[in-house]
Amino acid sequence: MPMIEMREALNQALKEEMTRDEKVFILGEEVAEFNGAYKVTKGLLDHFGPKRVIDTPISESGFTGLAVGAAMMGLRPVVEFMSFNFSLVAIDQIISNAAKMYYMSGGLYNIPMVMRGPNGAGPRVSSQHSHNMESVYAHFPGLRVMAPSTPLDAKGMLKAAIRCNDPVVFLENELAYNLKEEVPEGDYIIPIGKGDIKREGTDVTIIAWSRMMSLAKTAAEELAKEGINVELLDPRTLKPLDMPLIAESVKKTNRVVVVEEGHHFSSLGAQVAESVYSNLFDYLDSPIARVYQSENPMPYAANLEAATLPSVEKIIQAVKQVTYRN
Amino acid sequence: MASVKKEMQSLSKEKMVEILEKMLVIRYFEEASIKAYQQKKIAGFLHTYIGQEAVGVGTLAHKLPQDSVVTTYRCHGLALALGMPPRDGMAELFGKVTGCARGKGGSMHFFSKAHNFLGGHGIVGGQFGIGIGAAFKSNYDEDNAVSFIFFGDGATVQGTLHETMNLAALWDLPAIFICEDNQYGMGTANARAIANTDIASKAEAYGMKGYTINGMDLNEVHGRMGEIVKEVRATRRPVLIHMKTYRYTGHSVSDAGLYRSKEEVDAYKLKDPILAISREMVEAKVISEDEFKTLQKKTKASIQEALDFAEESPEPPLEELTQHVYMDDVGNA
Repeated sequence: MPMIEMREALNQALKEEMTRDEKVFILGEEVAEFNGAYKVTKGLLDHFGPKRVIDTPISESGFTGLAVGAAMMGLRPVVEFMSFNFSLVAIDQIISNAAKMYYMSGGLYNIPMVMRGPNGAGPRVSSQHSHNMESVYAHFPGLRVMAPSTPLDAKGMLKAAIRCNDPVVFLENELAYNLKEEVPEGDYIIPIGKGDIKREGTDVTIIAWSRMMSLAKTAAEELAKEGINVELLDPRTLKPLDMPLIAESVKKTNRVVVVEEGHHFSSLGAQVAESVYSNLFDYLDSPIARVYQSENPMPYAANLEAATLPSVEKIIQAVKQVTYRN
Repeated sequence: MASVKKEMQSLSKEKMVEILEKMLVIRYFEEASIKAYQQKKIAGFLHTYIGQEAVGVGTLAHKLPQDSVVTTYRCHGLALALGMPPRDGMAELFGKVTGCARGKGGSMHFFSKAHNFLGGHGIVGGQFGIGIGAAFKSNYDEDNAVSFIFFGDGATVQGTLHETMNLAALWDLPAIFICEDNQYGMGTANARAIANTDIASKAEAYGMKGYTINGMDLNEVHGRMGEIVKEVRATRRPVLIHMKTYRYTGHSVSDAGLYRSKEEVDAYKLKDPILAISREMVEAKVISEDEFKTLQKKTKASIQEALDFAEESPEPPLEELTQHVYMDDVGNA
């Protein structure tokens, strides 16, 4: 299998799905002539032409709303947000329109639409370009939320998202676009709602997604040297959560650390912890530990930024806390 | 009279009567809905279309099956103008499963797939994107449709209008932006909210054509919209229409009307579009006085039938609560 970067895996998914279904088109800022701000859409304009690969003005509310209307009339738009920070400009279209349409129309109009782009902190881009949006979008019924951590997952998950008949928020990560992995050529699907065990272990389950899984992997390797055998669980789809997989893992390890890049208050990580407490309380041997971003806007200064974000060290500390190794 | 004659030259008697009947359906439907609201059969918000009937009926007379329509929360009138059976709308207002959105949408969210009616929408300015999306789809599929996008004067100062006019003009989308200017954004007179109240002039900023039409005059609406719809269908260029109209009732049923005088409202009632067109039709002998009375009676009966249907229909079963959140079943949600 060819070794490719995350951005290329996503590109393959788009190309294959646009080839399979002519109703699929992509629009967003700089997706066509510029080949995508992060090169995810590289070559698509040349291959499919300007009818289906569309550069938009800086007009998130306008083009996201356009995608909702196009989806109501039978097309299958893929909206690229150059960064999910900019999705905030379009949030009324995402929540009041895309998420609610199928329900409030009594099942007349579903919205087969994907909104994708990088989520979370980029390097040194300060307060307005570092939001983690998963907790916001996962809150609202009507939306699916997915966040791949590996190239292989990214391709199969994006293909599943494009084939989904409901609106999907598909969260990528700027710092993960150059992750490399062997990825199968051609068609395969990783279904919505199916998580994955990224490392089998016996002592503690770390639940993490997107870029945090990379940190958790490093932490697991370090902890193995100290004799702590970590299981890594990537839910991949954040809504709905793969609770059967989480239950299986927790029943085995009896200890849980939840790692997320976003803030801790009213967060998806809090939801994961609540779901474990409510359903699996009797299997826990220690309180759940959580790793998250500190409760301040992202600062620019390198030392402050590092102090804000989760780190391998913070994950190691959390694992030691739940395994009483401190 | 000159205008009605001109219009009548192009319309059959059947077509004229159909248009008059639709206006009556809307008027009686809305009057019945206010009454039902007072009887607590309907709750939540209720924004009626009374006074604005000529705009919706005169415009949508030119809609072809492939065209689409989207509007605001003041959506009953347009749904009825498109031909939605009054019982489907009334049952929706009553929160019954037989309603056009299975009782889940309510007054602000009428939908009809049969008419490509893409909904009534509750956020001011939230529907513009949907409308240009439908226009985009028409170009994508080359089906020669146009997209009717209705909105109130209050929405002319929302950013979404300007974003979507820019996109529609940039990409040659066949979008017909129709501002139903009833002169008040809720209780705020336009002069207190809109820096430039010449709505049609905003088209120029985007290289679009803008038109101002007297929305109280069915002949003018029907005649001029006929030409404009034809033009947009052929040129694929968006247009902006300023329809000057008026609502006699409050913004919603909870509006005490403190921001305008009774005299002002009464003056508009003298220019009532239904009164005007029915008089013209009788005077021009399109229909007789008796035929008009029969039409009124028949229409009132159809609204009574809708009320009875809504009353007798069941509430949505509790299983409906979690149905239509998602189309695809992917397991634990």
